Amino acid sequence: MTAAVPVARRRAARAAERGTDRAARPGAVWVLPAVLFFGLFAGLPLVLVAVLSFTSWNGLGTPTFNGLDNWRRLLKDSSVLDSLRISAILTVLSWAVQTPLALLLGVWAAGRQRNRAVLSSVFFLPLLMSTAAIAITWLTLLDPNFGLAAKFGHYIGFPDGNIIGSPRGALACIVVVVTWQFVPFHTLLYQAAARQVPRSLYDAATVDGAGRVRQFRHVTLPQLRNTIVTSSVLMLVGSLTYFETVLILTQGGPGTSTTILPQKMYISAFRDYQMGYASVIALALVALGTALSLLIVRFSGFAKMRSTLEGM
Amino acid sequence: MAAIGTGMPRRIRRAAGRANWAAGIAVLVWLAFVILPIYLMVKDAIQTTDSYLDGGPLSLPRHFTGHNFVDVFHLGFTRYLINTAIVTVASALLTVLLAFPAAYAIVRSRSRMVSGVFRMFLIGLAIPAQATIIPVFLLITRMHLYDSLTAIVLPTVAFGLPLSVLVLASALRDVPRELYEAMTLDGGGSIRLLWSLALPLSRASLVTVSIYCALNAWNGFLFPLILTQSNEQRVQTLGLYNFQGEFTSNIPGLMAAVLLSALPIFVVYLFARRWLIAGLAGVGGK
Repeated sequence: MTAAVPVARRRAARAAERGTDRAARPGAVWVLPAVLFFGLFAGLPLVLVAVLSFTSWNGLGTPTFNGLDNWRRLLKDSSVLDSLRISAILTVLSWAVQTPLALLLGVWAAGRQRNRAVLSSVFFLPLLMSTAAIAITWLTLLDPNFGLAAKFGHYIGFPDGNIIGSPRGALACIVVVVTWQFVPFHTLLYQAAARQVPRSLYDAATVDGAGRVRQFRHVTLPQLRNTIVTSSVLMLVGSLTYFETVLILTQGGPGTSTTILPQKMYISAFRDYQMGYASVIALALVALGTALSLLIVRFSGFAKMRSTLEGM
Repeated sequence: MAAIGTGMPRRIRRAAGRANWAAGIAVLVWLAFVILPIYLMVKDAIQTTDSYLDGGPLSLPRHFTGHNFVDVFHLGFTRYLINTAIVTVASALLTVLLAFPAAYAIVRSRSRMVSGVFRMFLIGLAIPAQATIIPVFLLITRMHLYDSLTAIVLPTVAFGLPLSVLVLASALRDVPRELYEAMTLDGGGSIRLLWSLALPLSRASLVTVSIYCALNAWNGFLFPLILTQSNEQRVQTLGLYNFQGEFTSNIPGLMAAVLLSALPIFVVYLFARRWLIAGLAGVGGK
C-alpha cells in the first residue's frame, strides 16, 4: 500500500493531464432516493398548493375546482392585508432588535475572554429548547396574576400586569420571546465570522492609533458584511416560523392584533376548513419565501459552495 | 491580543489589551435575560403549587417536591417521550441514509443532471414548511397515514434533506481526489469508495448532520400538530401544548413537563457540544 501511493499519484497526475481520471464515478442513480423523497414530500406539495388554490375543499371530501373564486375573495379580504401588515411589522421589529444584539454579542464572544467557554454554554441553552417549551415558559412569566409581568408591569405602563393582553404589549412580548430564542443562533454566526477576520487588520489599525470603536466601525463591520446579509435574510425567512410562538403565546390575539400571515392561513385551513382559500394565502407565503431565498443564494455564498464548517 | 508583538510601544499594547468593561456589562445583562426564564422554569418545577402561588415569581423556593414530575408521568408524558424518541431516531437515520449517497454523487459525478439536483436542494432550503402544510395534509390522508408517527417522519425528513445534503457535500468536497484514484487503482468500485473512503473521512459532518436532524425532529411542532390527532400518537411538544391548555392553575406541573421535554437534549448537549455548535453555525454559511 505504501509503495502503491506514489505510483497512483503519478498515474493520477497523468490522467489529470489528459483531462480524465480513472476513479470510479457514481451515476445519477445515487441521488435518486433523496430526489424522489424530497420531490414527493416537499416539491409536490409546492405544486399541489398552487393547484388547491383553484379549488374549494373542506379537508375531508374531494377538492372541486372553482376557478378564480379564492383569488377574487383574497382581493376583497381586508383581514389578509391586515395580517400581512402585522407580519411585516413583526418581522422588521424583530430584525431591528436581534441584529445589533447578535452582532455585538458575537464579536465579543469571538475575542479572547477568560470565562467565554462557561458563558457560551449558558448562552446556547435557548437553542436546545423547542419553540413550544420556550413559548410556554414565557407564557407563565407573562401571566398577569402570578408571573413576573404582574410584578413589573406597572413600571412599563401596564398597571394591571396584563402586558400580553394588550395589542401593543402582545406584539412586544412576541419580539422579546423570539429574541430570547433566536439571538443565540445569530450570535453563533457572527462569532464564527468574527474569528475569521485577519488579526493583522486590527494590528494595523492599532498602530494607526484607532481606538476600539473605530476598529469596530472600520475593520469589524466591513469584514462582517456578508454575515450580516446572511443572518438578516435567515431572520426574515425565519420570521415565518414565528407562527408556533404566536399560536401558543397569543393565538393571534387580542382581537387580531398578532394574527400574522401563517396564522391567518392556519386558521382558514384547520379551523374554518377552507383549504382552497388557505392555499391562496399559502402561495403568498411561498412567494415571499422564494423572493427572500433568491436573496440568500445571491448574497450568502451558498451557491459558490464554500465549506461552511471551516475553522469550527 | 497576545498576537500583538512585544516590540510595540507600551501605550499601544495597553490600549489593545484593555478590558472592555462596557461590552462585559452588556454581556452580563444579556446572560441574566437568558438565564432568568430557565431559572424560574427549574425553580417552579421543584416546588409545591402552594409555595408557588404564595411566594410570587422571584422568591426563593422553600418547599421542595418531586411530586410535579410524578404528576406529569401520570398524565402520560412517558408515552409522548417514547413517541418523540421514535420519531427522532427514525428521522435522523432516514435523512442521513438518503442525504449521504446523494451528497457523494453530487460531489463525484460529472453528469449535468446531478448538478441540477444540487441546485434543486439549494432552492429547497428556502421552501417554508408552513406554506406546504395543506398539501402535506392532503398527501398524508390520501396515503392513509394520518394520525401515525410515520406521518410525522416523512415530511420532517423531506425538509431536513436540503441542509443535510449541503453540509455533507461540502465535507465530501474536501476529500482529496488522489485518494479516490488510489483506491480505484486498488480495484474499488463506487460503493467501496463510498463505504471505505468517503464515509470515514466525513464522520464528523455525519455526526453534525445527525444531531441537527435529531434536534429538529425532537422539537418539531408543526407537522405533529396537523398530522396527528389521538393521544397515542402524540409527541412531547404537542403534549406540552395540551398541558398548557389544561394546567391553567398548575404552573409547577407545567414547568416540570417543560423541563422533562428539554432534559434529553441538555444531556446530548453536554456530550456533543462541539458538533452541535458546528452544525448550527454551519446553517448560516459565511
